[in-house]
Amino acid sequence: MNLSNHIPILIIAIPLLAAFLVPLIGRINKKATGILTTLALSVSLILTIVLAVKILTVGPQVYVFGATSPSLTLPSGLKFPIRIMLQIDAMGIFMGLITAVVSFVGAVYSLIFMKQHSGLDKYYSLLLLLTVGVFGMEFTGDVFNFFVFLEIASIASVALISFRGIDLGEPAEAGFKYMVVSSISALVVLFAVGIFYGQYDLLNFAALASVIKYSQLDKIALGLLIPVLAMKAGAVPMHMWTPDAYSEAPAPITMMLVAASQASLYALFRVVFSLYNISLNVLTVGWIIIIFGLLSMFIGVTMAIIQKDIKRLMAYHAISQTGYMFLGVGVGLAVLANPVALNQYGITAMEGGIFHIMNHAMYKGLLFLTAGALFFRTGTKNLDKMGGLAHSMKYTTIFFIIGAAAIAGLPPFNGFASKILIYESVYRFNPLLSIIAMVVSILTLASFVKVFHSAFLGPKLPQFKEVKEVPRSMVFAMAVLSCIIIFFGLFPDLIVKNLVHPAVMSLIEQFKYTGTVLGGM
Amino acid sequence: MIGNLPYVAVVIFVGLGIYTLMFKKNLIKIAIGVVLIENGVNLFLITLGYRKGAIAPIYTYAPSGQAMVLPTPQALTLTSIVIGIATTALILSVAMMIYKHYGTLDTDEVRRLKG
Repeated sequence: MNLSNHIPILIIAIPLLAAFLVPLIGRINKKATGILTTLALSVSLILTIVLAVKILTVGPQVYVFGATSPSLTLPSGLKFPIRIMLQIDAMGIFMGLITAVVSFVGAVYSLIFMKQHSGLDKYYSLLLLLTVGVFGMEFTGDVFNFFVFLEIASIASVALISFRGIDLGEPAEAGFKYMVVSSISALVVLFAVGIFYGQYDLLNFAALASVIKYSQLDKIALGLLIPVLAMKAGAVPMHMWTPDAYSEAPAPITMMLVAASQASLYALFRVVFSLYNISLNVLTVGWIIIIFGLLSMFIGVTMAIIQKDIKRLMAYHAISQTGYMFLGVGVGLAVLANPVALNQYGITAMEGGIFHIMNHAMYKGLLFLTAGALFFRTGTKNLDKMGGLAHSMKYTTIFFIIGAAAIAGLPPFNGFASKILIYESVYRFNPLLSIIAMVVSILTLASFVKVFHSAFLGPKLPQFKEVKEVPRSMVFAMAVLSCIIIFFGLFPDLIVKNLVHPAVMSLIEQFKYTGTVLGGM
Repeated sequence: MIGNLPYVAVVIFVGLGIYTLMFKKNLIKIAIGVVLIENGVNLFLITLGYRKGAIAPIYTYAPSGQAMVLPTPQALTLTSIVIGIATTALILSVAMMIYKHYGTLDTDEVRRLKG
């Protein structure tokens, strides 16, 4: 048995196994739960990197369950794939890398951050299940399996959001909202799956993509899928759950929730590009996605400016940054049918949008972790009650500055690298869109200057005299993300050429995705 | 025409579910709304695999030549029902937590998070 063929399933199976081992271990030794979680997620991270190298050098990978060989997609005598499979191309592994890094950092951060809470074995178990769900959404090649993983991720997230609901009302309230929103969206996805199955008798993404005709029913399915996946990604006007869920979850979980929302965003792009591709009316659907982006960018940032709760403020910024991804990819989709425009600026716009997904996960994760660090030491999330914390929390201050500069798009941090790609290319599509994007970026900077001023600057406050720097493992978690941010900011070429460009190409060229399953057909 | 009746039932189920979600203010009723939509979707899936006069798709026991209903939608529905139980249980337990802290299930009063 060649183990390297089984890497795709091991990435999902190891955290899944650990998720059920953790409560058992927790019976014997409470402390071991966190360490086991970190260990499982670090193995998963290493395997994801190995798989990424393989995919970027060899090409997309397929893993078939229950076949004599993991690469046997078409059983003899059949013209369409009947088995469940994982299907990972450059775009899937791009998202997988984000999830792997974020979940590992989240687990390391949780070791100390969650220490005073009870029921930690359940916490870690759910954290692992959330990771499994998000990985599954990104790797699966089957529309029904996507629904299953979506539900796994939703159920785990809800339990984690309302984790502090035993003592407080607000987390339970946020959890209820998120649960209703995600069950509805998962059920609508299931309905769309039913429509596909009823028409084509297929559940496999690639096989569906090869036969899809854009009939009336396909249009209905698309009309069902786009809004619900955008809702799960937190786009305005379906964003009402985002600030509540992000602000009430513990900080490391908020970071994971960002990755989970982006997995839905990925699914939206997958449906639009890999499933429908050119058969769509690309201009209309492209503009719909652009308008989602514009609304999210603008309303997100204007709502953020008036917030007093630091995590709620950052949550609104998360909505606003999601808008950039919608904008970049939407422009790419709008010109998909026009090869000249696609080559001139469409591909660059998509590179900007896709690169922004990774950058956003990193700096937004870092910002949520610094907010968590402030909460850990001061016990409050209210900006009006904080002040002068730069005196006693030096590392956190530096990390916050890095994260804030990155989100505002200042060079040499990674936010700048992706935003400049979006500005330049979107300007050639429609100058107004680019100008709005820049204005939003300036407002973002203004808002983070306010946070920096009210939380970190000023004289040392008497009630925070005892405050000291957060423990080392939390500093380590934040330092990892900061290093990635600075590295991406200094060498954006390297990342765009090796990671982002292949991902964009595998979205645009439908056959790159479908061809791996259907072979020479 | 009569064969389309299950689809009419699907529309009624989902429509009632959406109505409940939009206009009812009790958290338990919202949970019921979600369950109604879920039942509608499950019924839709199972109807897709139905064939008139066909028998259950148990391959080894079926008389040869007899038409069978499609097994895949049944497998999908079964999975969906199991997931549905988990989500319903979770929604209700969160509603319980909310009742414990707020003393009410009225959504107009459970509004500490806003803005």
